Amino acid sequence: MDSTPDKTMMTENRSPAADTSAFTRENTDTPSRLPPQAPQMEPLWPANRDVIMTVLFAVAVFAMPIWLQPFGAAYPDLMQRFVIFGIFAIGFNILFGLTGYLSFGHAAFLGVGSYAAVWSFKLFSLNIIPALAMAIFFAGILSLAIGYISLRRSGIYFSILTLAFAQMCYNLAYSVLTPITNGETGLRVLRDDPRIIDAAIYGTNEVAVPRADFFGITMTGNAGFYACAVCLVIAFIIALRISRSPFGMMLRGIKSNQVRMNYIGFNTRPYTLVAFVISGMFAGLAGGLLAMVDPLAGAERMQWTASGEVVLMTILGGAGTLIGPFLGAVIIKYFENIFSALGDTTLMNVFSFVPEGARDFVVAIVSPFVGEGWHLTLGIMFVLVVCFLPGGLIEGFRRIGRMFRAKKES
Amino acid sequence: MVANRVLHVADVQKSFAGLKALTDIDLEIEEGKTHAIIGPNGAGKSTLLNVCVGRLAPDRGAVVFDGDVITGKTPYQINQLGIARVFQTPEIFADLTVLQNVMAPAFAKRDGQLRLNMWSGLDSAKDIRAEAEHTLADLGLAEKRHEDASALSRGDKRRLELAMCLVQHPKLLLLDEPTAGMSRLDTNRTIDLLKRIKERGMTKVIIEHDMHVVFSLADKVSVLAQGKIIAEGTPDEVRANPKVQEAYLGGAH
Amino acid sequence: MDAIILQILNGLDKGGAYALIALGLTLTFGTLGVVNFAHGALFMLGAFTSVLVSQALRLESVTLDPTKTTPWGTPMEVRVPYMEAWFGDFGTLMMDYSIVVAVILVIPTMLLFGVLMERGLIRYFYKRTHAEQILVTFGLAIVLGEIIKATFGANPIPVSAPEALRGSTDIGALFGMEGITYPWWRLVYLLSSVVIIGSVFAFLNLTTYGMVVRAGMADRETVQLLGINIGKRFTIVFGIAAVVAGLAGALYVPILPPNYNIGMDFLVLSFVVVVVGGMGSLPGAVVAGFLLGVLQSFASLTEVKDIFPGIDQIIIYLVAVVVLLARPRGLLGRKGVMEA
Repeated sequence: MDSTPDKTMMTENRSPAADTSAFTRENTDTPSRLPPQAPQMEPLWPANRDVIMTVLFAVAVFAMPIWLQPFGAAYPDLMQRFVIFGIFAIGFNILFGLTGYLSFGHAAFLGVGSYAAVWSFKLFSLNIIPALAMAIFFAGILSLAIGYISLRRSGIYFSILTLAFAQMCYNLAYSVLTPITNGETGLRVLRDDPRIIDAAIYGTNEVAVPRADFFGITMTGNAGFYACAVCLVIAFIIALRISRSPFGMMLRGIKSNQVRMNYIGFNTRPYTLVAFVISGMFAGLAGGLLAMVDPLAGAERMQWTASGEVVLMTILGGAGTLIGPFLGAVIIKYFENIFSALGDTTLMNVFSFVPEGARDFVVAIVSPFVGEGWHLTLGIMFVLVVCFLPGGLIEGFRRIGRMFRAKKES
Repeated sequence: MVANRVLHVADVQKSFAGLKALTDIDLEIEEGKTHAIIGPNGAGKSTLLNVCVGRLAPDRGAVVFDGDVITGKTPYQINQLGIARVFQTPEIFADLTVLQNVMAPAFAKRDGQLRLNMWSGLDSAKDIRAEAEHTLADLGLAEKRHEDASALSRGDKRRLELAMCLVQHPKLLLLDEPTAGMSRLDTNRTIDLLKRIKERGMTKVIIEHDMHVVFSLADKVSVLAQGKIIAEGTPDEVRANPKVQEAYLGGAH
Repeated sequence: MDAIILQILNGLDKGGAYALIALGLTLTFGTLGVVNFAHGALFMLGAFTSVLVSQALRLESVTLDPTKTTPWGTPMEVRVPYMEAWFGDFGTLMMDYSIVVAVILVIPTMLLFGVLMERGLIRYFYKRTHAEQILVTFGLAIVLGEIIKATFGANPIPVSAPEALRGSTDIGALFGMEGITYPWWRLVYLLSSVVIIGSVFAFLNLTTYGMVVRAGMADRETVQLLGINIGKRFTIVFGIAAVVAGLAGALYVPILPPNYNIGMDFLVLSFVVVVVGGMGSLPGAVVAGFLLGVLQSFASLTEVKDIFPGIDQIIIYLVAVVVLLARPRGLLGRKGVMEA
């Protein structure tokens, strides 16, 4: 589940000349052509591991209604958010984790996806297939445009460019583009929207309750969750394949040493652009799913704070790993859900075991960090992670695992 | 028999804000030969190299490689035409394993400057893998193939960089002070390695400071001073040339 | 013509704020090589220092006066600000000029805060990647914003300028024209920014300390080899940048009531300013700041908005995009600084 092959799995053949004398070994045979017999080649990534990991992941995701219950998180609204932001983070990770380009503007693609999906619900059909297709498509177009310009620079310039573009989109959504976005009020799906495809099929475009559906199944509650979960598993598989592919290795090469990549013959800009667009499309899908479970699109999704949030999720979980971003998304959304609901009265109850006088004190200390102050806790957590655990939680787990293995061997 | 001219630097001029870095440079590199470019600090060696690899565009003149004009081309285009470059400080992919370091250039060679190979796994590229493994074995790095490149010693990083170049079977290998900052032992090892490559008939251009390296390897030497070529010839001829001795303030060591 | 002058003036005070923040950003980037996403938060802290001082000075003692009654028959409250009670007329003066008091206090507090920030957090990130610097300062900016939000609430808090400087004045006379009224305080702000900018440049160019800093900006290694402890100086530089940002914020409050968000709002724009002016160029940051402020002001003209609706919101970003693409080193940047 990480990006480097597990070295403990490789069996090495120690060739007799495996020392520095190889350096001066006479090698007067034909220059660097393929030897008649290929050397022992163990697979870099055993295919079985990937299959098992994918299956485990899929099982874990689909079984969320079960194993989240002890955490009090097994209700559809929250689970949907886990999954949707998981998709967003996994996509973001393809750009940031693999190429190292830090974009602060991905919320714009999330927002565009939402708007596109809602417009599809209004103009074409309540079916989610065209809606999601439109979301992915328009997010892809926008990310192509923004990426093409932003990627002409790298590093901090790139980050600022993406931030500038995202702010532009956000401002435009609230001002000039209000015919499309409906500004502050947001875009709603109405009972009597045109919906030309539905009208053609069902004979009418009016519905009792305008909710997204999938060929008759209304996408609310658990049904909505499972639809999102399917998308997440598909997204995971795509991210996995990309990571294991030569393309993924090139992206890592770009992160490691972009100059060298150019000098060994790669035109690096199209590679980064493709990664950017793919991550933008993932964000669009997430936006579309958001609109699916709650058919209202608002511009606040496009604010830079939303971009910052996905950066947090990816870093917290572990940038560059496969499961890390999803983990980060789950944790942040989970604690957001819990923490932000903690008002003073709840705190009083939580700390009821503390004696009377001290309890006020304790509540006073804790309360700025919860409820409205949830973002404070988030910010502090983020600073701590970047300072001490830049590889995120996945790195933390690995370190713990290494500690255990070292203890076992001693 | 007329020797094949692999690289021709023709009448190149380059100035930086009025400072003439290169003036009237005319160089011919012959196939299969090892051509050294030496000169005191600030003579313009790095500038010349950067012009050859596409990092700098000359104000005047052209660089012709095997019949193609390469002035103004991007580094990746020039590499695809067959020039590989070794940097002063070994430039490798520190985050990848040694094997992956060598597979990447092999991919570039096979697939060209852009190939969106997203679906097939890395394992299915068996030919690339074999080629990379072979090159690593050739350079004595086979047993380190799954280590992170960042963990290698400086000398091993240099070997890795050479492997990355050699796996592409370049027509021309450009080496920018390959033994800079190396110990005597490492320098000798590098010389041996380069001698082996030389035996295979690869054309090389080396920019060097270390005279020992130059005399061990070079077939022909060009001396650069203050942006101009002041002498050219075999190592012995150059060593005896009074102009060269003067430029180095006391002669070669 | 007077409309044009008015617009230019309108843009110059906001431009002054941009220039000051961008100046600090460029200082930290040019000397420490650190990208500081928390710089806007320093602006915000300065602003809220003004708020705090204003609120503190206006603390009142509340007593009940039995001789006077409210229409409901309860004794009337007598609110007497402590400042008046203790210091009489001088106290009233202080309350009125709370911003001046705040400015005086901002200098040492922001200096201290900047030094603490640098020693406590930033200096561990010198060797780390720009991405990590961005991330950690970004996190810090969030934390600072949230602390302010927890303390002062989420709504903007108005603070007035001193009585004497509240109105407007006709400065048309300066230009030989009639009828250009302009608020006093914004003139004060403009002049203050110029003074602050001038002081910073004077410090950098006319003192030995400043010279060392400039040398360090150009080539840190050499300076260190000369045996000069560049680290300590950089800490001071960070403190100075913090003071500049804090002053910019403290003085800006009568123009725009601050809330916890203004840090980030101004930061995004200031980064854009830095990029347009040229990363690493101090004059560039200043010039670009004023220029973009004026540009934004012109873009807000109704005539312009009629042709390009919404242009005022996005004009700065558009300029940044154009500059980044056409001339990546910015207007006055040095060639080769961070060109990708």
